[in-house]
Formats: sequence, structure tokens, C-alpha cells
Amino acid sequence: MAYKRNIDRLPIPPRDAKVNNVVCHYCIVGCGYKAYSWPVNRQGGPAPDDNAYGEDMRGQLGADSAAWAAPSMYNVVRHNGQDVHIVIKPDHDCVVNSGLGSIRGARMAEMSYSTVTGTQQARLTDPLVWRYGTMSPASWDDSVALVAEVTRRVIEEQGEDGLLVSAYDHGGAGGGYENTWATGKLYFQSMKVKNIRIHNRPAYNSEVHGSRDMGVGELNNCYEDAELADTLFIAGANSLETQTNYFLNHWVPNLRGSTLDKKQSQLPNEPHAAARIIVVDPRRTVTIAACEAEAGKENVLHLRINSGTDLVLFNALFTEIATKGWADKAFIATSTSNYDAAIGANRTTVEEAARLTGVSAEDIRKAAAWIAEPKQGGARRRTMLAYEKGIIWGNDNYRTNQSLVNIALATGNIGRPGGGCVRLGGHQEGYARPSDAHVGKPAQNVDELLIGGKGGIHHVWGCDHFKTTLNASEFKRAYQRRTNMVKEAMDSVPAGDRAAQVEAIMKAIRAGGLFSVDVDIVPTQIGSCAHVVLPAATSGEMNLTSMNGERRMRLTERYMDPPGNAMPDCLIVARLAQALERSFRTAGNAAVADRFRGYDWKTEEDAFMDGYHQHEKGGEFVTYARLRAMGTNGFQEPAVGLETTGAVAGGTTTGASPGMVVQGPGIEGARGREPVQQAAPGAGATGTPAATTGGSERILGTKRLYADGKFNRPDGKAVFAATPWRGLQAQGKQAEKDSQRFLVNNGRANHVWQSAYLDQHNDFVRDRFPYPYIGMNPDDMGELALKPGDLVEVFNGNGATQAVAWPEGGLGRNQTFMLFGYPTGVQGNVVSKATNELVIPNYKQTWANIRKLSDAPEAVRHLSWKTQEYRAQT
Amino acid sequence: MSGCNKLTESGRRFFLGRGALAVAGAAAASTVPQAPAKATPALARVAYPVSRLGNMRDLKVNEPMDISYPDADSTGVLIKLGTRVEGGVGPDGDVVAFSNLCPHKGYPMFYQADDRTLNCPGHYSRFDCEKGGLQVWGHATQNLAQFRLRVDAGGDIHAEGVDELLYGRHSNVLA
Repeated sequence: MAYKRNIDRLPIPPRDAKVNNVVCHYCIVGCGYKAYSWPVNRQGGPAPDDNAYGEDMRGQLGADSAAWAAPSMYNVVRHNGQDVHIVIKPDHDCVVNSGLGSIRGARMAEMSYSTVTGTQQARLTDPLVWRYGTMSPASWDDSVALVAEVTRRVIEEQGEDGLLVSAYDHGGAGGGYENTWATGKLYFQSMKVKNIRIHNRPAYNSEVHGSRDMGVGELNNCYEDAELADTLFIAGANSLETQTNYFLNHWVPNLRGSTLDKKQSQLPNEPHAAARIIVVDPRRTVTIAACEAEAGKENVLHLRINSGTDLVLFNALFTEIATKGWADKAFIATSTSNYDAAIGANRTTVEEAARLTGVSAEDIRKAAAWIAEPKQGGARRRTMLAYEKGIIWGNDNYRTNQSLVNIALATGNIGRPGGGCVRLGGHQEGYARPSDAHVGKPAQNVDELLIGGKGGIHHVWGCDHFKTTLNASEFKRAYQRRTNMVKEAMDSVPAGDRAAQVEAIMKAIRAGGLFSVDVDIVPTQIGSCAHVVLPAATSGEMNLTSMNGERRMRLTERYMDPPGNAMPDCLIVARLAQALERSFRTAGNAAVADRFRGYDWKTEEDAFMDGYHQHEKGGEFVTYARLRAMGTNGFQEPAVGLETTGAVAGGTTTGASPGMVVQGPGIEGARGREPVQQAAPGAGATGTPAATTGGSERILGTKRLYADGKFNRPDGKAVFAATPWRGLQAQGKQAEKDSQRFLVNNGRANHVWQSAYLDQHNDFVRDRFPYPYIGMNPDDMGELALKPGDLVEVFNGNGATQAVAWPEGGLGRNQTFMLFGYPTGVQGNVVSKATNELVIPNYKQTWANIRKLSDAPEAVRHLSWKTQEYRAQT
Repeated sequence: MSGCNKLTESGRRFFLGRGALAVAGAAAASTVPQAPAKATPALARVAYPVSRLGNMRDLKVNEPMDISYPDADSTGVLIKLGTRVEGGVGPDGDVVAFSNLCPHKGYPMFYQADDRTLNCPGHYSRFDCEKGGLQVWGHATQNLAQFRLRVDAGGDIHAEGVDELLYGRHSNVLA
């Protein structure tokens, strides 16, 4: 039977319950929530005066009620050392989600650590050190001292290149400004580590270099633009499942026509209609089904391309728009460069594109018209162009990304209401780090270094390569072999003899071993190889700032304690830096020791003020007190002033004009915002006055980037890119396609956040997905004699993995879709090691064969294999 | 992972414990204002009414009958599926009843007869009536509340309980 909690009533928050601002720490959308907590021996009542919501709960509540909490929104947690009831419920006053909660975010309470209710008991509570053949608890001082000692010894022997680092660089539970600053300060300021990579890819690189190099930061519009657009053009994204409440709360109203009043009011001098939507995707998704249900099939255009051919389609659309005379010549002239050269280089006929993409010529022409054909009366059509992993992790990432930005620039759709050319995003963002310029471009492929026996120590911050890398089969074999060498060495001497331990470790490292340090909130698969594990706090167990996909920055307030001895990452960094200082000083190297000064943070707020406040564009206006006062709506970065002062900074940073705002030394330092430009010689430094930090004034933000028609290039002009087609670009992909039967497309499931690092310990999700699923065309399943739920092996020359088969008629013959990054079947096992020239993985273009392993396992026999797709009532 | 000295799989037993705790806490605290001289032992679960929903002979295969339970404001459907299912009652083991309020945001759902699912027009969630209300796809953080049924000798179908918190209620049975 389906999993049921058998909870038939829940306590009600009393009127005086403590209320904290919460932003969901999972996806990029960053829905607003409120946490209500109150002492465990008290409760409110259903009368309006007796509960924190001020609502009458005595009868059945209506749809969309602000007063209903599902059991998943309730828990008993520890706060300031006391057990408290907690309800974490969507905030109806947040403009992002307007009270909607996703299947992921609306479980935040249940996904919290509780010794009372037993939830998330897997959370790490103590530092652990490899001792006597197992991981054993240790003190913070002792465990961090061991890390510092081995780190110093490796650096002395191999230089800083011997230290390999994997680190989150996002927002929400994937970092946050406090923690990305702290790790960045350690590795990019105190050290100049270049062998560093990010959580889901093997190098330290942008997934959207293509856009940034054209002068276009990737999060340049606002969510309201999806309500104002005439046309939504979506490539490689399944937003109903991956940006759920952005889709539901901002796209759907436009598709239904319920934003017409807003369009008329904000954009009065042009005709308006409900939006039309174009979706570029090799498979039919639940997003497309929902769009059809809302807008009618006639207003939804699914361009079902051959996997990996997006670039050809975009070049053809670019060509067709220019040929029809639909380009925005005035915008091109004033705000861009290189248009003519790009038109020449990218010229692709509709017929040629039809042949390569598999989309009909008629549909390509229709798409061009929906994007750019002027509206009645000659008004320009407002088109929002958005993309995500289908492009980012797809064939020829850099050029494909650029070929899409070309269309947006040619149609004048960046910086204007109803427009934007944006990535839709995975995690929230929260990047504030010193310059990474020393890393270089292309950056080092750290996974290849690890496989190749390079380096002596690996610091891992919130990453699990075993689930979320390419070529994962080989990676795991090499990593286990190298780390086992060190474990055996550690086992050979008594744990209490630190000097002998370190000597044994270093000897193993010289022989090719690897010492692994894992900082995380839960036990991970790569952490099973670690020699030291350090327990971290997550969002809500610490104050944490991040921004969402429209650069909306909020503060999640601490509403509960971290488990056991866990602490915020930024404070772990501080301890590690201080231990490194001591270690180098004791070793007689005062000069190096001095580089590890400047970490005397007592709280995460100290790290925020040291990092974001001092270094990011507009950061001088941003404080915890102001963010707290701005609740779950926050402001949109960059900050340009305070309500009391008015806008004193603002505009696009080109680096060309004297006095222009150029903050900090970062290049990628404006991740998701603007690519920060170095000031030209003589251009002067930051021109903004220092703001006072004491008050709780409202912060003024930036609704859209590039509204001034300037872009992040020295001349202020976005540059069109030449993006000629070159087939399946990554080495070996064409041969893989030719030799394997099934396309193994991959991505997320609605139920599951990221790699299921918390969901794997949640009964509701584990019941639904004990194994990853692989969607298959029913006729293909028939040919392979597969029944729904059968366990299959997916295999090719790169490796093998497993999944349960789910018949899905929306998938074409020989095309499959597998859940990505799942603990009980890692899709990355069958992804080849080939990347693009900037070391971006190509997860999406993977081909493999499939064979049956067994009949449906017992754990899946109670599950449903009906289509996921919604159909409107007939 | 070998480094974790706790059970990594919390298991359903924790959730059962959790439900009992929440309910016991609620019941105990609610007695405080009255300050009874002696504490009355609180029931671990709310007391569900027994309601007659209909008779076996009223049901046609795959045609849902509108019902309500535990009171008139909590609407649902009673369905004879035509195929024996786990949790089904009646001579053929194929009669089930569910709340029809979506546990995501409380929209009334419609029955899609061709695949025996309840579907939400608000945000497209789907629940499988042949699999105990399992959410096939959707936004709810729980599977669909099913009404526990009993069929008596005369073919009358009675609802006697609910297995999940109903949308829009802090308590399945309202005072």
C-alpha cells in the first residue's frame, strides 16, 4: 500500500508563536516560508484569536488556505537547547510563490533533524576520524588539527597543487553567501588553490561562460517578466518539476490569460493576449502537458528535436528572424556589436535545420514568428527566452548557449519587460568569493587529476562525486583505491600517536594514496572514503543569505539548532584556517602562517559582513537587520541604495567609465548577476559612499539587469557570437550514439531534491522511489520483455547502473529518461568522460543498452506505473 | 556509510511514534484551560464516527459515487474498481473510498475513469485509486487520504477511519 503517516491531527501554533523568515533551501526559485515555533508543552486553538495565523480553523478550510499545515510541515526540533514545536509553512505574502509549496519545500519541517520524532537521524552530529578500522567520534580541535597538519605537510611536499578541493558555490543548502565567502577566502585568498571543482561538474567553471563572454549575465530578468511576455521560449527545461512555483505562479497565469490586466497597465501602448509557449525538448514532459491543459494545444509548440541539435535550431531561428526583417535594428545598433559577422557565420536555412533537428520546417518557421513577428500595429513582440540543463549539460555547451543569446539580442529582448535571456537555474545562488582568476580557463579537470593519482589531500565541501559526476564508475574505483591506501596506513599505527599517524599518512600519500576530508550535513557516498568527516549546519540551523533566479536576496533566519556539535561551514572554515596558521607557525613558517589570519568570526553574520557586505556590488547597503525587515520578499540584487538615501549606485558595470561601480577583485564574483568587469586603467574605483550599517531601512534593488541598454563589456555593448554547428562536439559521443541503442536522457523527478541527500532518509520519498526510474517507450519495453517496475541494467563502455522501468508513452522509440544523481542507481556511471573545451560535462547526450536484471523488487510492487502526465477533464 | 554510528534509515516506526506523539501532546495540552481535577487519559487517536456511505448494490463498476466523511464538509468518492486491490472491501475486494480534496492546496479533484486516477485541476497532481491513493505525480507531500471501509452482511458500506490528515483540517474530526 501507498505510504501513509496515519497522523489524524496536528497541534496549532499559539498566537505568540515565534515567527521566522524562511526561504526554501532547495531549488533556485527560493519560495518564501514562515517558521512558527513554540514551547513543546503549549499549543494554540482553532479560534482566530487563539492561533498564530489569526484564522478561523474551527471548520473545513477552503482551497489555498493560509492556515492549513500538512503533516510534512510539522516537527518537534531543538531551538536554543529547548524542544519546540515547529510548523514551516508557505508564505502567502511572498511574491515568489504566493503561498504555494512544492512537494520538496513543503517538507522542510519533516526534513529537519529531530531526536523526538526521529526524522533525519542520519545527520552528522560529531566530527569523525578514521580510527580502529571505522569512523569514530572526535573533538573539533583534534579532527581539525589533523586536517591542518596533513594539509600543511602535503603543501610543503607538493605545493598548493597537491591540495584538491571540491566545494559547493551556490545558495540555499548549496552554500549561501556566508559559506561561499568563507571557503573562497580560504582557498583563493589565504591560498591560491587552482585544483578546485564545483558540486556537479569536474572543474571550477561557469556553465554559462558563453552568455557571460557576450556581456550578458545569465539571471537578467525578473519573474514578473514571465507574466508580461507575449511568448515564452523554453529550451532544455522541464520547469513544472524543476522550477515548480515559478512555473505555477508566474507562467501559468500568463498562459491562462489572467495577467492581461497587468500587461495593459504596465505596457499600455500595444495589444496583448494570453501567452504562447515554445518548448524545445527531445521528450514530451509534464511541463508540456500542463501548458496544453492551460493554454490549449494551439498555443503550445513542442519542438521535439533530435537530442543535441539545439544549436542548429537556434541558428536557423536567428537566420529566419533576420531574413524576415524582424530583428530589432535600433537595439542592435546602440547596444550590440558583431551582428553582421554573426549572421554570416551562423547562416542556417530552415530546411537544413529541419533535416538535422528532426523538427518540421513549418514548425521552425512558426517558432520564428511566435518569437519575433511584430504584433498588430507593429509593436515588438516580447519574448522571454529561458534555458537550463538541456542546454547547460548538453552538446557543445558554450556555442549552444551563445546561439540562444544571439536570438535574444537580435530581437531586443534583454533588459526589457516581458523579455530576458536567462538560465532557469538549479540551486539558488549565493556566490561571494575573492578572484578565481588564478584557476585559469579552461580550469583543471579535478576528477581526472584524482583518477590519475595526482594530489595528496582532498577537501570536500558538500559535494558527492559518487552520485553527481560523469565517468562515475571509474572515478569511484580510483577514489576508493587511493583512499584505502591511507586507511590501511592509519590502521598500522596507534590512533593516539598523532606524529606516527601523520608520518604513516604521508608515506601512503607518497605512494599514490589520498587523504580525504569530507564536510557535509549527512553521510555521503564519497564520504564513505573519508578519513575525517566534519559535521555542518544547514539553512535554518544558521542564518543564511542567498538569491533566487531573479536575483532576489533574502535572509533565512536561524529557527533551530544544528544537530549535536555540527556548526555553520563558515565557522568550520575559520577553525581550519586558524589550525593551519598554528600548524605553519609551529613548523617555523611564519610567512605562510600569516596568510591564514583574518578569520576571527564568531558568527555567520561576521562572515557575511567580511564577505558580501564588503566585496559585492551594492553589498555596502546590505545587512542582516535590513534583510530581516524585508522578510521573504527581500530585494533584487544588486542593491543600489536605501529607501532613505534613494538610489546612489546602479547601472550596468562595464568597467569603462570613471567612477563606475566596480566592486571587489572578482571576475566570476557576480555569479548569476553581472560578470564583474575590471576597471580600465584610470577608471577609478568604487564610486559609492559607504552606507551606515546600523538600521533596518529598506534596500533598493534592481528589477532587471541591462535596462540601461548597456552590457558587461568594456564598450558597454553585448557582442553577437559566431556559433557554427560542429555535430556532437564531445569526443566519442557520435561513436557512442552509433553503437548503443538507447538515448539515456536524464534529469530530475518532482518528488526528489537534487541527489536525494536528505530525501533518501525521508519515508515518503523513499517509499515512492526506492530505486531511480528509467522511463521507456512501452513498445521498447515490450521488445525487451520488460514489465513495469522490472529492474534493468543500463550499460555501455563507460560503466553500468540500474533503474526500474516505467512505461511512458511520451518518450519516443529508443529514447529513455533516467532520474539523475540517485543514490541507488547513479546515472553518471554511464556518462563518458568527454567534456567541452571548457570542461563542462555532457551528461545529456549519453547512449547505452538496456537489459533486464530481475522482476520488480518487492520495494516497488505497491507502486503505480501510470503516466505522470495530467490531462484536463473531458 | 561506515562512519555513521546511528541507523541511517529511520524507518516507519519513527513516523508512527511521531504521529502518536503529536496527537498525545495536542490532546494533553488541550485539557489545560479546563484544569480538571484528575487528568483523563487522552486517546491516542481521534474518535472517528461510523458513517454509512451506501450499499453495494448502489455501485457500478468504475463509476464513482460522491460521498462525504467524517462529516458533510469533507467530500470524497466511493468507487467499485472492478479489480481486486489491496485495501479494497466487498465481495470482490474492489471497493475503495478516498477524499477528493487534493492534499496540496485543497482543490476538488475529478475522476479519470480510463486510468482510475483522481486528478487535480489546480496544479495537475494525480493519485492512483488502485494503489491506495499513491501520488503518481504531483505536489502534495502526502499520498491521498483513504477512508477505511467495512461492508456489513446487508451490503451496507460503512466508513470508519482515515489514514492521512485531510486537507484543510488540523484534526480529521472537528469538534
